[in-house]
Amino acid sequence: MSPPDVRDELTRAHHDEWARVVASLTRRFGDLGLAEDAAAEAFATAVERWPAEGTPPNPGAWLTTTANRKAIDRIRRESKRDHKHQEAAMVHDDHEAEPLGVLDDDRLRLVFTCCHPALAMEARVALTLRMVGGLTVPEISRAFFVQESAMARRLTRAKAKIAAARIPYRVPTAEDLPTRVSGVLAVLFLVFNEGYLTSGADTDPIRQDLTGEAIRLTRMLRDLLPDDGEVAGLLALMLLTDARRSARVSPGGELVPLDEQDRSVWDRALVAEGHRLVRERLDAGAAPGRYQVMAAINAVHTSARTMRDTDWSQVVALYDQLHDLEPSPVVALNRAVALAELDGPQVALAVVEPLGEPLSGYHAYHAVRADLLRRMGRGEEARAAYTRAIELAGNTAESASLTRRRGELT
Amino acid sequence: MQYLVSVIDDGTGPETATEEAAVDAFNDRLRSEGYWVFAGGLGSPDPATVVDNRGSEAVFTDGPFVESKEYLAGFWILEAPDLDVVLRLAAEGSRACNRKIEVRPFL
Repeated sequence: MSPPDVRDELTRAHHDEWARVVASLTRRFGDLGLAEDAAAEAFATAVERWPAEGTPPNPGAWLTTTANRKAIDRIRRESKRDHKHQEAAMVHDDHEAEPLGVLDDDRLRLVFTCCHPALAMEARVALTLRMVGGLTVPEISRAFFVQESAMARRLTRAKAKIAAARIPYRVPTAEDLPTRVSGVLAVLFLVFNEGYLTSGADTDPIRQDLTGEAIRLTRMLRDLLPDDGEVAGLLALMLLTDARRSARVSPGGELVPLDEQDRSVWDRALVAEGHRLVRERLDAGAAPGRYQVMAAINAVHTSARTMRDTDWSQVVALYDQLHDLEPSPVVALNRAVALAELDGPQVALAVVEPLGEPLSGYHAYHAVRADLLRRMGRGEEARAAYTRAIELAGNTAESASLTRRRGELT
Repeated sequence: MQYLVSVIDDGTGPETATEEAAVDAFNDRLRSEGYWVFAGGLGSPDPATVVDNRGSEAVFTDGPFVESKEYLAGFWILEAPDLDVVLRLAAEGSRACNRKIEVRPFL
């Protein structure tokens, strides 16, 4: 086999097997840190040996066996660890008989442990990307503009808390499952959004590494929890959002609003997959959660050939539904944007104005207000609102777009 | 595994009769389900005395070692197999005593 092929095999094995190896070792040895180190060693051994010896017939089994051996070597090297290890071993349920089916995948235990609500959100994100996603500490540090040493400390602290406070390595009980799943989805959505609308003055506006990783992990979660509507909803939402990626930023690095996007460059395969998932959830007939409703909104947008063709009454109705589930001023603001298309900017502005109190520090509030004022011919007020939005916008492409629109005011 | 479950008073004031009854019921449950190790109420930190005998003689200082609006108003020591179990108990305890609660594992 030629070296490039082996490199592909290694990349694929890393994508497919990392979480499985870490998860099964954590289960066997009850120690997340040990599992992580042994998995990393096993992959390093693969990088050394596969090019010369060829890829083993079952890469996953090879990696798990090698990682197990590395873990046992480590435990032997630190012989006194044996005793400590017993004490520190993580709790997991031994009731194997329960017919959990696909829920019984060790990777699911890993995901729930990494996204445990007793950990800080930033720790959950870092742990999930490291333990489940297999990203290295330098990669995660770069993704979140955090110093490597600080990111390493964050991970170490999180692992220490899991051990010391006994965060269990277990799929939550049926009673806790919906809340805990929504906690996992919040982590994945945060990773996606950070990639989709990156903050930071000198950064690329879209970080495909992060959006791609979020989609990959959400796909994995969907394989593990195929009947969970919100998992399907989040995956659909990500796909339908990511489908518009190449139309979203102009060659000049400006964020292109929906009404100006070249819809012919939207990724049709991703749109089709997203629509399939949304239809699947509609057919299921269960009351949708917030991700499913947001996915449905995006499905309406991606079904329309032009901005004018969009079924705005449907969009507004879906935002009403979303607002019932999540009565937040941000949802009300987004609803107002759709309302402007349905009933005109004046009606929308009346809805937007009262949101100024809670959203005064949110750039999108000022941007929406500016657009509505511009459409109503109130140029001076629009200019001031654009200026405020530009001051608050964290994304480079977004401020470029706002600056242009302000410049076009007469 | 034992956990220290501390009750944090952030200006809530003295315990009301309703809270006391709710805490009693919660304590009964902790005992009957085998989580109970020990518990105690502390009230305000005003009568505290700080003792420091690291030097040549013991020094007694009137008042708590740290002045703060939030103070430890009581605690449970609970025996639980893992954090998920104790977090669920702590959530019920917080509701019962109508105060914030901190959960810490013993070493």
